[in-house]
Amino acid sequence: MTDSTWQLLLDSLWPMIHGAITGTIPLALSSFAIGLVLALALALMRLSRRRWLSSIARVYISLVRGTPLLVQLFVIFYGLPSLGVVIDPWPSAIIAFSINVGGYAAEVIRAAILSVPKGQWEAAYMIGMSHRRALTRIILPQAARVSVPPLSNTFISLVKDTSLASLILVTELFREAQQVAAFSGQFMALYLEAALLYWVICLVLSSGQSVLEKRLDRYVAH
Amino acid sequence: MSPTDQTPSAPALLTVRGLQKSFGANQVLTSVDLTVARGTVLALIGPSGSGKTTVLRCLNGLEIADGGTISVVGADDARHAPVTIDFAAAHGSRTGVPKKALTNLRDQSGMVFQHYNLFPHKTVLENVMEGPVVVQRRPQAEVREEALQLLERVGLGDKRDSYPFELSGGQQQRVGIVRALALRPTLLLFDEPTSALDPELVGDVLRLIKELAAEGWTMVIVTHELEFAREVATEVAFVDGGTIVEHGDPKEMLRNPKHERTRQFLHRLLFPF
Repeated sequence: MTDSTWQLLLDSLWPMIHGAITGTIPLALSSFAIGLVLALALALMRLSRRRWLSSIARVYISLVRGTPLLVQLFVIFYGLPSLGVVIDPWPSAIIAFSINVGGYAAEVIRAAILSVPKGQWEAAYMIGMSHRRALTRIILPQAARVSVPPLSNTFISLVKDTSLASLILVTELFREAQQVAAFSGQFMALYLEAALLYWVICLVLSSGQSVLEKRLDRYVAH
Repeated sequence: MSPTDQTPSAPALLTVRGLQKSFGANQVLTSVDLTVARGTVLALIGPSGSGKTTVLRCLNGLEIADGGTISVVGADDARHAPVTIDFAAAHGSRTGVPKKALTNLRDQSGMVFQHYNLFPHKTVLENVMEGPVVVQRRPQAEVREEALQLLERVGLGDKRDSYPFELSGGQQQRVGIVRALALRPTLLLFDEPTSALDPELVGDVLRLIKELAAEGWTMVIVTHELEFAREVATEVAFVDGGTIVEHGDPKEMLRNPKHERTRQFLHRLLFPF
């Protein structure tokens, strides 16, 4: 590689990091937070004894998991305007990613809730708890521990998937890379640089996952 | 006729009439009648699948019976107000039973489970305090004091900050008993409290239950420990085929069962091979 390529990589590093800090990371964090709330609601609907509630959740999850994220994103940003609903790039991206995380994380949370032994519900009822209180104080804290590894996977996937937002004009890490690449013609170098930055972000997240797992494992035999 | 019927001086704390329960096509309880006077220690014995555990679970609403009635005459305070539930009217559905009556029934009893069912994410002290503080809304300091006394009493004062996984089975079960006691129930229910324990740990738990019996607690105990039933229970009921086949004085009944099925069951327990 020539000196000018090195210089280009160095010059483009800050715009990309800036894109990560102002685009990729807040996009991933906010979508994940909204998606988790949605997922918890869907998981509880799936577990509900009311058939119609669980059916709605089942169809939602099936739709989200059965269609490409890029298509979901395009339907919201490019499709809805034809119905008179125009949403800006940023909110469009957050809506699409939240809906997507909701579908995937719902199944994780549902499985985690089911993994808590039935005796825990019974003990909670025994001490006089209502269903809701048993869920929030006894079942969900135990389900949380079980769901940290799979939810971390969901989050890490989401961080990488936010690169799709570049296709609806959201300025984030990958869009910065694309712009410099198109301008300079150095596609290989710049896309590898972008890949490296995503990798670094995911490494940080993975170590965060280990810390969280250790914290939540304090009450389990090793 | 049960011994309690013969002693009208002791008022019935718990009355069960014609209790029925099916799981799908399998009728587990055909018709159960029970009268438990205050201060009675009733041992429920019987072969596995006889329905004895189901009776116990119906008593605090973990199972909703399909028919029959359960009434508990508790203390005078609001939490233990007398309650009668007619399950035939509820058609075996949880939603058919008035929520308030079910809560009221549950509040009457504290239950000890075969597999302890302690909350693994809470310390020993938190396990004991959860019900009184979070559900009953009693003052935290007062509950803490009482919980520590109870733990001290069962020899686990130094384990207050341990998590359940750090305790032996016998210690976990004693915490389970303390958790039930801390609810200040009128009735204690034990579901095979020693069946999951290693043999050398059974003694500690049985000794504690015996102490509680001596203090006058009213208890219903599902058990396989015939010796224990003979020594601690004031009454024993033999459950088979979803009904109470024989009910009487433990010493008398275990030595000289009147019913053929009771005789066979006791013989199998005494001479397993």
